Amino acid sequence: MIADNSLQAVSRRTLLTGGLAAGFVLAFHLPLRAAVNEPEQPKDATDGKFAPNAFIRIDETGRTVLIMPQVEMGQGIYTSISMILAEELDADWAEVAVLHAPPNDQFYANPVFGLQATGGSTSIRAWWEPLRAAGASARAMLVQAAAAQWQVEPASCTTSKGEVMHTASGRSLSYGALALAAVEQSPPKDVPLKDPKDFVYIGQPLKRLDTPDKVNGKAVYGIDAILPGMKFATVAACPVFGGKVGKVDDSAAVKVAGVRKVVVLDDMVAVIGDHMWAAKKGLEALKIEWNKGPHAELTTRDIWQDLRAASEKDGVVAKSVGDIATGLASGDKFEASFELPFLAHASMEPINATVHVRPDACEIWTGTQIMTRVQSEAAKAAGLPVDKVIINNHLLGGGFGRKLEPDMVIAAVKIAKQVDYPVKVVWTREEDIQHDVYRPIYRDQVTASLVDGKVAAWKYKVAGSAVIARWLPSAFEKGIDIDAVDAAVETPYDFPNFHVEYVRAEPPAVPTGFWRGVGPNNNVFAVECAMDELARKAGKDPVEFRRSMLTKSPRALAVLNLAAEKSGWGQPLPPRVGRGICVQP
Amino acid sequence: MSGKMRILASLVMIAIVAVALGIWIIRGPGPLDFAGGTKVALADYRAGKPAGVPAKLEKASLVERGEYLAKAADCMVCHTKPGEKEYSGGLGFKLPFGTLYSTNITPDKDTGIGNYSDQDFLDAVQRGKRHDGARLYPAMPYTSYTYMTDEDVLAVKAYLFSLPAVRAKPPENTLSFPFNQRWAMMFWSAVFNPDTRFTPDTSKSPEWNRGAYLTEALAHCGECHTPRNLGFALDNRKKFAGAITAGWRAFNISSDKATGLGNWRDEDLISYLSLGHAPGHGSASGPMGEAVDHSFSQFAPEDISSIVAYLRSVPPVPSPDLPAGTAPVAPASHKDGVTADARGKKVFAGACVSCHGWSGASPVSPMATLTGTWAVNDPAAINVAQIVLSGTRRHTPDDALSMPAFGNAYTDDEIAAVANYVTARFGTKGSKLTAKDVAELREQTAE
Amino acid sequence: MHMAQTLTINGETKSFNAPPEMPLLWVLRDILGMTGTKFGCGIAQCGACTVHVDGKAVRSCVLPVSAVENRAVTTIEAVGDTPSGAKVQKAWLDLEVIQCGYCQSGQIMAAAALLAETSHPDDSDIDAAMAGNICRCGTYVRIREAIKQAANGRQS
Repeated sequence: MIADNSLQAVSRRTLLTGGLAAGFVLAFHLPLRAAVNEPEQPKDATDGKFAPNAFIRIDETGRTVLIMPQVEMGQGIYTSISMILAEELDADWAEVAVLHAPPNDQFYANPVFGLQATGGSTSIRAWWEPLRAAGASARAMLVQAAAAQWQVEPASCTTSKGEVMHTASGRSLSYGALALAAVEQSPPKDVPLKDPKDFVYIGQPLKRLDTPDKVNGKAVYGIDAILPGMKFATVAACPVFGGKVGKVDDSAAVKVAGVRKVVVLDDMVAVIGDHMWAAKKGLEALKIEWNKGPHAELTTRDIWQDLRAASEKDGVVAKSVGDIATGLASGDKFEASFELPFLAHASMEPINATVHVRPDACEIWTGTQIMTRVQSEAAKAAGLPVDKVIINNHLLGGGFGRKLEPDMVIAAVKIAKQVDYPVKVVWTREEDIQHDVYRPIYRDQVTASLVDGKVAAWKYKVAGSAVIARWLPSAFEKGIDIDAVDAAVETPYDFPNFHVEYVRAEPPAVPTGFWRGVGPNNNVFAVECAMDELARKAGKDPVEFRRSMLTKSPRALAVLNLAAEKSGWGQPLPPRVGRGICVQP
Repeated sequence: MSGKMRILASLVMIAIVAVALGIWIIRGPGPLDFAGGTKVALADYRAGKPAGVPAKLEKASLVERGEYLAKAADCMVCHTKPGEKEYSGGLGFKLPFGTLYSTNITPDKDTGIGNYSDQDFLDAVQRGKRHDGARLYPAMPYTSYTYMTDEDVLAVKAYLFSLPAVRAKPPENTLSFPFNQRWAMMFWSAVFNPDTRFTPDTSKSPEWNRGAYLTEALAHCGECHTPRNLGFALDNRKKFAGAITAGWRAFNISSDKATGLGNWRDEDLISYLSLGHAPGHGSASGPMGEAVDHSFSQFAPEDISSIVAYLRSVPPVPSPDLPAGTAPVAPASHKDGVTADARGKKVFAGACVSCHGWSGASPVSPMATLTGTWAVNDPAAINVAQIVLSGTRRHTPDDALSMPAFGNAYTDDEIAAVANYVTARFGTKGSKLTAKDVAELREQTAE
Repeated sequence: MHMAQTLTINGETKSFNAPPEMPLLWVLRDILGMTGTKFGCGIAQCGACTVHVDGKAVRSCVLPVSAVENRAVTTIEAVGDTPSGAKVQKAWLDLEVIQCGYCQSGQIMAAAALLAETSHPDDSDIDAAMAGNICRCGTYVRIREAIKQAANGRQS
């Protein structure tokens, strides 16, 4: 029996114990008690730990667990957030461990989005101040606890590397020793933050916290979750977007050794087996007839035709400076359009979610960029209240925006609802690519005029899908997708007449979403290609041409100059080697 | 008769003789003429039983016997479009003058062969004549099936009629003029279809006769492995000397020692036919992979042995464009050995080496070993380019081998480069494929 | 058909039931619970599933388990016990090669096999050994540097 050995070697608990012994650790599966924020924090909620806010837990040994409101998908955010918290806390870096935050918008909502999401290069911008305040406030409470014990003024105490010191009397206490006493302290109001010149961690090239377990196979991603009694599933969704499952003949599939169950959903079929291999072979043995739906005959050519037609309409003005009509009326005219294809995210970790639906609760193990949305969508799919959905987030083997969508978890919940054991649903790579939420196709049109070798007027029109309108409707105002025009509006160049328009054009059927650099990956490509073509038209060197228009952006100019210098701009190159330059705001 | 008339009559006679001679020259010998022995009618042959099913199925039902024979004749592969219902047709054969689609041979009355009488079915299989009298194109190998006994053909019919009827109309053929004139096939058929049943050769062993029947009437090996003449019929003067069909090269299976099967051991041939792989000779892929998966792997062991015995007797015909043998294993280091196209090496390093190794001996499966295969030793690199374009998926034995299709991942230029690299590194002589050659190969593959 | 199989993985004997054609990857991950070896593509095109068989880097996602009977399999969990594996892991940490890390089990296994065979690889050796290992975060430049550091024993 396969089932007998399916969990033979390593349970997640042994993985965890092994990891704990290793020093720095990402304590992924520790059951996190209800994370609580001041001032409502119940004193007994953290079992002998100093838990001054939603981000910091210090136990009597001094072990400092920091709770991560943003998810780690390779960008190094667990280390950066820990550095911010540890800096103001004056924590001992060697005692720091990090924990994935549970879903909770009240505590962990990204201030930029108003929900617990990681994306758009917002993490540091959004969390810099709140986390510094959280660290400083916790430090002040530890200082108060020490000062009370020593009967001295808190102001006469200093802190460093997890210790409170009273230099005058030569006394010191570790944060671990103070943890229980600090629980009794009230958080002070308006705690001052450090002067950046006093930073000891921030600005230092500290080693990442997540990498030691990534070189030895111990790091646990969503796809690595292992649960007792777990089975494995893989899926086939309708190959045409919007299509449904018609007839399913599972007579051959159920005969495949190790296949446990075939689950037929509205638009997807799943095979559950003792391992992924059984599930895959079972899926291959299924005979599925699809009702392909209204888009069965839709082609790429049709989709482009629609977008090209839409892009000829006037758009909504996203920004206008000077007088574009007058500006374009004189000088040497330039026109170009840039078409950008659909792109899949193709993160290295294929789409997956492990779900156990029990009568009273639904528990999920996955790696997601959007915790609370996953929780609420899973609740709907499971038919349970939101607070009955437990999510164990994990490291992400790449996110790139794909895991800002909850679709894979919803599907996994629907599959897991059909059985009473936990199911790990893993999509094949083929399915992952075919059923992505793609970077939209865009058509960007640039109309410009050159006077005296410089851009005198610049009109830029973006036509494409409004991902914001679907994903964060509250941010879709006046018909402008702020993401689609992000780096078109925020130009570093000094264009005297400058005009940006946006035309919303949704492709039929194909789902679109955020992808990697988000808006700028579309805008910068078009803007900088146009700049190169304009430089050629003006008969100027591409670097020189850009420099002449970066007069009001000293930082961008400095970056350009440095890049030109480091790349040996103007120096000859070996055969079949090219060199180009672009400026991204 | 006046003098003028006499001259005219002579001219007509000369023309007729010339045409007959021309036909005789073009048509050449029949597939079994090389054997040369005394032929007897099947009914009069007592030494063995060349036709029908193997002994273990002697007592099986008509439908079961028909199933064995239908698999032996490999009907399913051509009459099934990948992903669609078996035998429901619609597979496209790309020809230089348009695309021909296989027909639905399930018993559906409107779109299949549900209305075929026994005689209709015999006419189609043995004579290339459709139920409505129209002529079949010789993509349907009726010039081979014509050697099948009526009993065997009708067993196949019984099997097909036992299958569920599938309503599926294949697309219309897109052949250009004059090839879209089906009636013209009547003349082709008159010249090239012998319309005759198998006759055993008393000078040969019963095993040979069984092998001849299986090879010629059922498995129709010559349809891919024998070159074609001017009339697009098999040229048995070069029997089994190899040919290009549907964009793949079917290699020489005559008994030529250098370029054919002359140096293969019996066990290698048996293994290749029944498993699609023989150590040192590589694996079947493309159309031969399908033939193994759906046909040869289903043969009774004694039938495979009979085919081997028969193949051994086919006279050697060398393939002058192939080297006199396959290259040995390549060096283990990427730095040693022939380094051809640097771009080809780059593609190979990224996409191929993890399964095929730098030496050509696969670290994953002997079935993925390149050393010893004719594909990498063919200076035209046709099958190398084809397998890179379309991949392969082999089912015998269970999930034996699968290679992804790279046709949509790489440009024609890159595929040409990697094919040239592979043939230079693992073969005897590197190919010189161009992007244009690859584009042409893409056009020829059946779909 | 499920069959009893015995493998030697990281020096330990493991017994389990699996169909002979089942790729080693799924035996490791789904039967033995050794999740350090990653699933990325299932068709030997990304390298995430790389393990060592008799010291050579092999893609476990296409390697039938029946093909590794009586051969020594080493996975990322134990590659640090080999001299080249330990050097590679150290260089990886010294140079902070890793971002999301999902491909890195495979990168490290490929690099360790390379160094075991070629103690001082040049760029073309690195290309030849590493081209089939894909990193979606784009850590290739640091991977190359770390391999060279592991070979030379330099400190960063």
